[in-house]
Amino acid sequence: MNVVLSLKYFLPELILTGFALAVLILGLFVKRRAVLGVFCLLGILSAISFMPQSYRATAPLFSNMLINDSFSEFFKEITLLVMGLVILISMGYKAFSDEDAGEYYFLLMAVAVTMMIAVSSNNLMMIYIALEAVSLISYILVAFLKRDNLSSEAGLKYFLFGALATGVMLYGISFIYGLFGTTDLAAISRTLTAGNANIFAATIALILILAGLSFKCALVPFHMWVPDAYQGAPTPITAFISAGPKAIGFAILIRIFLKNFFPLFPNWSELVSVIAIITMTAGNILAINQENIKRMLGYSSIAQAGYILIGFVVGTALGIQGVMFYLLAYVLMNLGAFGCVVLVSNIIKNDYIEEYSGLSKREPALAFLLTMFLLSLAGIPPLAGFFGKFLVFAAAIQSKYYILAIAGVANSVLALYYYVKVVKFMYLDEPRTSAEGRDRPRVMIAEPKKHGFISVEAGAVKLALIIALAGILIIGLFPAPFLSWISLSLL
Amino acid sequence: MPFPLLTSIIFLPLLGGVLILFTPKDKTGLMKSIATAATGVALVLAVILVVKFSCGDTEMQFVERLPWIPQMNINYHLGVDGISIGLVFLTALLGFFACVGSYGIKERQKEYYFLYLLLNTGMLGTFLALDLFLFYVFWEIVLVPMYFLIGIWGGPRKEYAAIKFFIYTLAGSVFMLLSILALYFTSDPHTFSMLELAKSGNTLAKSFQIILFVGFYLGFAIKVPVFPFHTWLPDAHVEAPTPISVLLAGVLLKMGGYGFFRISFPILKDAAIYFALPFAILGAINIVYGAFVAMAQTDFKKMVAYSSVSHMGFVMLGLASMTVTGFNGALMQMFNHGVITGGMFLLVGVLYDRAHTRDLNKFGGLGSKMPVYSGILIVFTLASLGLPGLSGFISEFMSLMGGFAAFKLITIISVLGIIITAGYFLYMVQRVLLGPLNPVWFNIGDINKREIFTLVPLMIVIIAIGVYPLIILNYQSPAIANLIRHIGGALF
Repeated sequence: MNVVLSLKYFLPELILTGFALAVLILGLFVKRRAVLGVFCLLGILSAISFMPQSYRATAPLFSNMLINDSFSEFFKEITLLVMGLVILISMGYKAFSDEDAGEYYFLLMAVAVTMMIAVSSNNLMMIYIALEAVSLISYILVAFLKRDNLSSEAGLKYFLFGALATGVMLYGISFIYGLFGTTDLAAISRTLTAGNANIFAATIALILILAGLSFKCALVPFHMWVPDAYQGAPTPITAFISAGPKAIGFAILIRIFLKNFFPLFPNWSELVSVIAIITMTAGNILAINQENIKRMLGYSSIAQAGYILIGFVVGTALGIQGVMFYLLAYVLMNLGAFGCVVLVSNIIKNDYIEEYSGLSKREPALAFLLTMFLLSLAGIPPLAGFFGKFLVFAAAIQSKYYILAIAGVANSVLALYYYVKVVKFMYLDEPRTSAEGRDRPRVMIAEPKKHGFISVEAGAVKLALIIALAGILIIGLFPAPFLSWISLSLL
Repeated sequence: MPFPLLTSIIFLPLLGGVLILFTPKDKTGLMKSIATAATGVALVLAVILVVKFSCGDTEMQFVERLPWIPQMNINYHLGVDGISIGLVFLTALLGFFACVGSYGIKERQKEYYFLYLLLNTGMLGTFLALDLFLFYVFWEIVLVPMYFLIGIWGGPRKEYAAIKFFIYTLAGSVFMLLSILALYFTSDPHTFSMLELAKSGNTLAKSFQIILFVGFYLGFAIKVPVFPFHTWLPDAHVEAPTPISVLLAGVLLKMGGYGFFRISFPILKDAAIYFALPFAILGAINIVYGAFVAMAQTDFKKMVAYSSVSHMGFVMLGLASMTVTGFNGALMQMFNHGVITGGMFLLVGVLYDRAHTRDLNKFGGLGSKMPVYSGILIVFTLASLGLPGLSGFISEFMSLMGGFAAFKLITIISVLGIIITAGYFLYMVQRVLLGPLNPVWFNIGDINKREIFTLVPLMIVIIAIGVYPLIILNYQSPAIANLIRHIGGALF
């Protein structure tokens, strides 16, 4: 399809781009992030309303560079959900100054556009460019707290690892081009199915591409950046990089590996099985001893990626459904958890888990919300996280990947410990008095209870949390309509 | 559509819990009333269920079935038969009386009653679910409130006990989940229905059944608990507040036993027959080992906790026998143990509320100061040690009788457990009630009316079953006979 005809499928991206540029200009005049945030939300909502649901048909766009299919639509909708929640959470994050709000929201809107392009790319070069754009914006966002050394360090680390990983991926793509003479996924798929390709070389190239995507999804051994980047980044951005890039990383993994390179499936499935097991085990074991909740959630998100990878390795329709369902649940519960961290850090001024002691007495609603998100991450029914785990384990059992399933459930038990540890501090322990203090900055209890909670800013985070909670409850209790939606969105 | 009796029983407590969440924080009286009313109405409905239940019928009754997740053939499927009805009644009974027993809880009452009611919903749902997915959801729902109830309102080592309970039971149940999934994918058409799987599960290869059985076993045995998975139980029981200990011993342990009756044995019968001998041996270990450890305790509550380990051994032994008598004994033992040990924990609580210690060696001569308490304690003690005429004797006798037919030597060893049980219970009575009065307790008051109100109904149940066991056997025998016919055990 040529450029002009393609445009009608591209409306959401165009709308977002328009809003992104508008917010950059608006930011020069309006120095209040609540106003700019609401403006961006309008952009997100109008983009959602222009999602081409009525078409549903598969259509190649822009000379086969992009493709419009129900699979990409699903992930575009996830992207918009993530961005909407991240914007809401950002509105209530106290560490930002209103001065930079315009740039900040511009970057958020821009990264949304690049993510939407990434999930609909149907050409390896396009995938590379879109992913690189996502990464570049993410680096800036991670380092956005200019005056904060940790934030700058996090940005640099994220950048160095990212540069290495995308370099390796590009190397893999160059092999693919050498082997197939094209980077168009559909053309490659046809060649592979016809059977006239060098399987061995193609597998090597594929594994190089896997390395690049492992960085996005934070899979072992490309997970080293996670704890530092998560800790140093502004918390709303931590929430974003834990959810957004991971979701699109998996989307692209599925598109390349399971859709277009499926004939090579037997060559890489064992390798990825091992990666899955190591990823979840390493994530969980490292999470146990973390004292900072952002680091802890960082390692937990590595482990979660390991569970999601189970569905991917299995590669069946149920497995892909599991991945998609899990990602939907994961996005909601992880953003919810980070939203709670934002609100708590507004009160206690740091992110140490110990400081959460007695939170249930001071902020009962907040403690309850965080508990629900953590229990969902731990996979306790009837919350959404449970059904996500259920689906990926079911897929593993169905295809007789018993070791993967056993590793998955054993890890779920391990993970329970550190999720519940936070709950323990919040509910079982008494609030600390400053006399017990260690050498950490601590501003506690002194603050009056309703500290500006009436304001739009804090209200926005609360709205995000309520949306996320309603999401994990509804998806967990009534997964049927969501499963139907996902099965319609399969490749 | 008929009145959804089972749904009402399950979700009434939760409805009460949600109401409590919207109650102002200082209106604790209102919270207590709501909680009592919710569990009370659930008990009334359970009584109606028992009355309207048709005993001779071996089919599921009061069935409710609605599609829940049609893509995976998961249904909201409830039903009750002779195996579950006793446990449902037991849960509603203890749920109500432990709620009355909770009036002593003074702090964070709003959270307490909400979690308590959520726990009730989870327990009732576990016994009524006929769909494995639904069963698993209810099974897991029980864990979360239990964690908080032990962790917030428990004793000095509450945090350790709570997390140990949570991790232990979750570790067991995730393997159960894998077995559930494996059953689902080997059935054709794929189903989570326990009833359909009971028909089709037997066609599986024996080796595969054995693997699945082990998965379920990990889930259920940790809950029962069977040696060597019992170590969470003394910690959890000792640290939990009294009403929660009552539900832990009275109901939660039965969820494991119920799982054997409802899932492991009917669906995987070849594996069940294969594992009969290990079951019997583990049962005997539970009985004898639990009794010996109980005897060594100086903490009253810990003693009762280990006595639970010992008593649950009879359930294992009865199950191992593969006879109608043994199964009847095992199922009845679960009911009786729930009532007796639930009462025992209430009695420990009564004493602890007054003395603030549970050290058996610090009491002595309380019989003269607390005559009513002493009388009730002696009744429960005698029931617990298996005195004829009280309910415990009937079920232990039946379990042993069934067991003797199958495993003579193991049963003979198990009988020794009864002697040890009599030993430690009488030793306890001697240390607490008899002998010279320890002057520290000169001003100790006797049991009050509310506490009597929670204990007397349980005593009535104990004596009624002890004298006329048919009131419970009538309900469970047909279903048990049907189950044994299905498995292919001995029909005596």
